[in-house]
Amino acid sequence: MFNKDRWKEILEVLTSNWFRTVLTAFGVFWGIFILIVLLSAGKGLENGIMKDFGDIATNTMFMWSRATTKAHKGLPKGRSFLFKTEDVSSIKEQVPNLRFISPRNQLGGFGDANNVVRGLRTGAYNVYGDYPEIIKQDPMSITQGRFLNYSDIEEKRKIAVIGDGVKTGLYDKDEDVLGTYIKIQGVNFMVVGVYKKKSNGGDGEEGQKQIFVPFTSFSQAFNRGNDVGWMAITAKDGTSITSIKNQIMDVVKENHKVHPEDQRAVGHFDLYEQFNRVQSLFGALRFVAYFVGILVLLSGVIGVSNIMLIVVKERTKEIGIRRALGEDPWSIKIQILIESIFLTIISGMAGISFGALVIYLINTLLDMNGPVDMFANPSVSLGVVIAALLILIVSGLLAGFIPAQSAIKIKPIEALRTE
Amino acid sequence: MIEINNLHKSYKMGSNSLHVLKGLNFSIKEGELVAIMGSSGSGKSTLLNILGMLDEADSGEYTLDGVPIKNLNETKAAKYRNKFLGFIFQSFNLINYKSAMENVALPLYYQKVPRKQREEKAIKYLSQVGLKEWAHHLPNELSGGQKQRVAIARAMAAEPKVLLADEPTGALDSKTSYEVMDLIQNINDQGNTILVVTHEEDIAHMCKRIVHLKDGVIVEDKTVDQVRASQYV
Repeated sequence: MFNKDRWKEILEVLTSNWFRTVLTAFGVFWGIFILIVLLSAGKGLENGIMKDFGDIATNTMFMWSRATTKAHKGLPKGRSFLFKTEDVSSIKEQVPNLRFISPRNQLGGFGDANNVVRGLRTGAYNVYGDYPEIIKQDPMSITQGRFLNYSDIEEKRKIAVIGDGVKTGLYDKDEDVLGTYIKIQGVNFMVVGVYKKKSNGGDGEEGQKQIFVPFTSFSQAFNRGNDVGWMAITAKDGTSITSIKNQIMDVVKENHKVHPEDQRAVGHFDLYEQFNRVQSLFGALRFVAYFVGILVLLSGVIGVSNIMLIVVKERTKEIGIRRALGEDPWSIKIQILIESIFLTIISGMAGISFGALVIYLINTLLDMNGPVDMFANPSVSLGVVIAALLILIVSGLLAGFIPAQSAIKIKPIEALRTE
Repeated sequence: MIEINNLHKSYKMGSNSLHVLKGLNFSIKEGELVAIMGSSGSGKSTLLNILGMLDEADSGEYTLDGVPIKNLNETKAAKYRNKFLGFIFQSFNLINYKSAMENVALPLYYQKVPRKQREEKAIKYLSQVGLKEWAHHLPNELSGGQKQRVAIARAMAAEPKVLLADEPTGALDSKTSYEVMDLIQNINDQGNTILVVTHEEDIAHMCKRIVHLKDGVIVEDKTVDQVRASQYV
């Protein structure tokens, strides 16, 4: 298959009519180009949206309490209730496969009045009472000092970890932050750490303006008793939070004498479900890309097949002569097939390269003009390129098959008769 | 060398059937130079095609060098053609985009002879037909006579048992015709068996034996005194 004469001949045949060869190759070139560009555009969209999810543990749900909507066990509907710290331990006991359960409390929020004071400066920040695990559910990097730990929880230390945005708001540029005190709603907390979150989309700014204090200190300082504002619950890898969230909610409903059928008493946000929904959207996009790309490629392949048929027709006499001289029909068949595969692969490679070039240019443009919403770093993986090559080989084979078959159907005697 | 027994061949033309060969019998021994003569439609080309395994007889036996030729699939036929037969055509049938040498080397390529050997052999046969200097020219740079000589070199390259020539001089003027016939006679003198289909009397008389076909039967089969073509050249 790989002898020099065969390749020489293939090149002779393909170059004997340059213009036609190039026109034919263009069909395949365009098909694979479209496929690559569509796939990479899909990937770019995916990258952009994934960036918005940031590093958040996606197998997570958030849960909070609301007013009941059904009367139960002699209690009226419309009753408000709050989660308690006991709920956390009963969830831990009754629901398996949970990785983290973080009860949280919160002060402040968007649009609230200033609640944090340091010297002459004040600011409005979100203040959270948290357990140390929260850093694994809502990842952040500690740039100075440390994050919360269990000693802080046990000893109810009044310490705080502040965001980069808080630091710029309350401190001078070169001021030492660690060991200083800030006053949160009249209570002094010592700053022991500074964190920085990876910016995620539009919330990037807001994410840096948070203050984390130990859950127990928070409850004591702000008179929350054993109330829990809301919970962030992450399931173990391999178990989706979506599949066990009803179990979790049943536990808290039972604890708070809420009717088991009451769908609205416990509010929740299932990040995993959202994440999956987005994931399946990307799946659909990929499907569309392959579908369109392969159809365009198919029309190119049909073009190749057509031209190969014409080439065979043109070479009828030559094939007859070769047969008379004793060439094996298989050898002729293989020759035609290789010609067709060669043409498809070369033009396909050109398409892939051109597609890669376009992707590269788009990337450079994106880099130059800063990030664009919901679109980042369009790219195709090596796997896609290999898949495209496989598609090309298969389509080259298909394109060559009919012409090759018609070539060996030529009887030498008939071929020699044509003048 | 060639043995033919009661060979029949007919072609279907729509609803009619055209009986072209009506029971031919003859044999050719090694080293013979036989002319097959006949007007057009006498079946001489059909006979040559059957002898050349390009076509198959309806019935009858055909033995070539002791090998019965029947029920060949295409692969086998190609192999036999390559091993046993050399073809010389009226229209030369050289491959246009290959040089004279490559054309001559083609049958050897199908025998999977290594390139180097192939080229040496091709040059050897080209010099035998006096075209060594033209080895790297394309067919369209050669005259008709030269083309036919390249074709003869090609036919001989695989060292076949039998050379089959279908009107080898049909497309040539008489001077080059005689040159080509001289070449064919020389090859025959070296002991090669050659079959020439022709309708020209003078060409036929340059062979050693003439088989006359008419309407699908042999009407005459005679040995003749060979006229040497060299005296005209």
